[in-house]
Amino acid sequence: MSKRLSFTPSSPRPPRPEGRNSRHSGKRLLLGAYLDFIRIRFLTMLAYRINYYTGILIYTLNIGVNYFTWKAIYGEGDSLGGFTAVQMTTYVAVSWMARAFYFNNLDREISTDIRDGSIAIQFIRPYNYVFAKMMQGLGEGMFRFLLFMIPGMAIAMLLFPVQLPTAPSAWAGFLVMLVFSFLINSQINVITGLSAFFIENNEGVMRMKRVIVDLFSGLIVPISLFPGWLSKVLEVLPFQAITYLPGSVFTGRVQGVGIWNVLGIQVFWFAALIIPMILLYRAARQRLFVQGG
Amino acid sequence: MTRMFYYLGLIVEYFKNYMKTRLTYRADFWVEVISDLLFQATNFIFILVVFMHTDSLGGWSQNEVIFVYGFFMVPYAVFSCFVNMWNFSERYIVKGEMDRVLTRPAHHLFQIFLENIDPPALIGGVVGIVIMVISGGQLGLPFEWWTIPALIILTLCAVAIYTGIYTALTSLSFYSDAPTGILPLMFNIQNYGRYPVTIYNRTIQILLTWVIPFAFVGIYPAALFLQREEMTSMALLTPVMGAIFLGIGLLAWNMGVKRYKGAGS
Repeated sequence: MSKRLSFTPSSPRPPRPEGRNSRHSGKRLLLGAYLDFIRIRFLTMLAYRINYYTGILIYTLNIGVNYFTWKAIYGEGDSLGGFTAVQMTTYVAVSWMARAFYFNNLDREISTDIRDGSIAIQFIRPYNYVFAKMMQGLGEGMFRFLLFMIPGMAIAMLLFPVQLPTAPSAWAGFLVMLVFSFLINSQINVITGLSAFFIENNEGVMRMKRVIVDLFSGLIVPISLFPGWLSKVLEVLPFQAITYLPGSVFTGRVQGVGIWNVLGIQVFWFAALIIPMILLYRAARQRLFVQGG
Repeated sequence: MTRMFYYLGLIVEYFKNYMKTRLTYRADFWVEVISDLLFQATNFIFILVVFMHTDSLGGWSQNEVIFVYGFFMVPYAVFSCFVNMWNFSERYIVKGEMDRVLTRPAHHLFQIFLENIDPPALIGGVVGIVIMVISGGQLGLPFEWWTIPALIILTLCAVAIYTGIYTALTSLSFYSDAPTGILPLMFNIQNYGRYPVTIYNRTIQILLTWVIPFAFVGIYPAALFLQREEMTSMALLTPVMGAIFLGIGLLAWNMGVKRYKGAGS
């Protein structure tokens, strides 16, 4: 061993002053690698874009069904839980189309990596596995935003009486909040995915997470329509930050200073969810054992 | 006849195998049962929330909608016990397990169904029956001699519709090796079959009745027990739709298998 080591000095090695520089360029290289994760996922999604044409149709159908269900619920009345019928239509359309953007399968990807053991290889690579997954999710999100959400929204506006806000603050607020919806949803997905380290078959957990996110984020029922005690509980959970809060801003139910408040809630949850991610990731690295092989 | 015994024997063997793998991961079994029930509970919450704000949904009372939901859970439970093709593309096409399946004597689709059975899903069906009994009791529904046979037949027909639709969609993976994201999206849509379809507009009604007939796995057959005259004829049509869609599914599947060339490697 020492014999082999003695050869290393003879190999071309940058002199000291450049050593710092190379560490710097190493960092830049890593950043480039993360950007490549975004780019490659975007291109992969682009290659399979046909799937998303059916996706747009099906999301439009989802909006349609929810729209008519709410119409039947409204009947003659004109306000429910602080929503007018038009606001509800907009809320339904915007929420589903936001989901078209923030939705991803990071949880499934991570638990597949864990179950088939390929995560071991990814752990020894010189990047942070979780961060790389988030970047892949971002690439997917960018694709979904451009080729799924925007065309889908256009179709929904043609078909249903959706009323988009005119105030630029609502638009700006919504777009920023949408990014946080994506981040928080992806964080929840990563946490769910990493749970496969501790419960080997986390299929049930993933299914449960999916349902809980859809229901408790306010996608299916706006949170203000839940019974009082339940909406109180949901207000202290992170899920509302995914759909309900941005949707409230965009339907004009929250305006002015209120936008900063709801944005603050999103930032809080984004920061708070980083902690379990790091803890799980650390514990997971200690625990890794590959099933089968 | 011997063929039938052969297949029945296979079911038993696969089930034994399932139990053995399951006992390795004991905790998962309960996680899955609980997650299934929670899934049903969240759907139930939706109905309760809706009826907090209205007395009737398109002329259907809360108990009627809950009854329909109870019925909906029964065929869905049977279907999700025996048919799980969620990761067919990755597992059988991309990883090439289809080759192994095709070299065996039993029918390929039958093998794939049995390799993925999921008996805990049946618990949801039991819950569905309990819901039907309770809400049916509150509605004062009569219990006739034909109630149970009709329930069994309509359940089987609804399972056939599910199986047909999902088999047809799954066989798309024989044509494109790309992961099709259609199945999870379809999964969302099937839930709409348990609300009174008459609240939707014409296009969606036609879609849910004739194109992707999820109305036949929920509201139409349940209407028979609820004595909803306006939908009785649709309820009686369920077996026909079941036969047609199962036929389409099997046809699409067999055509797909003929095209299958293996993924290489």
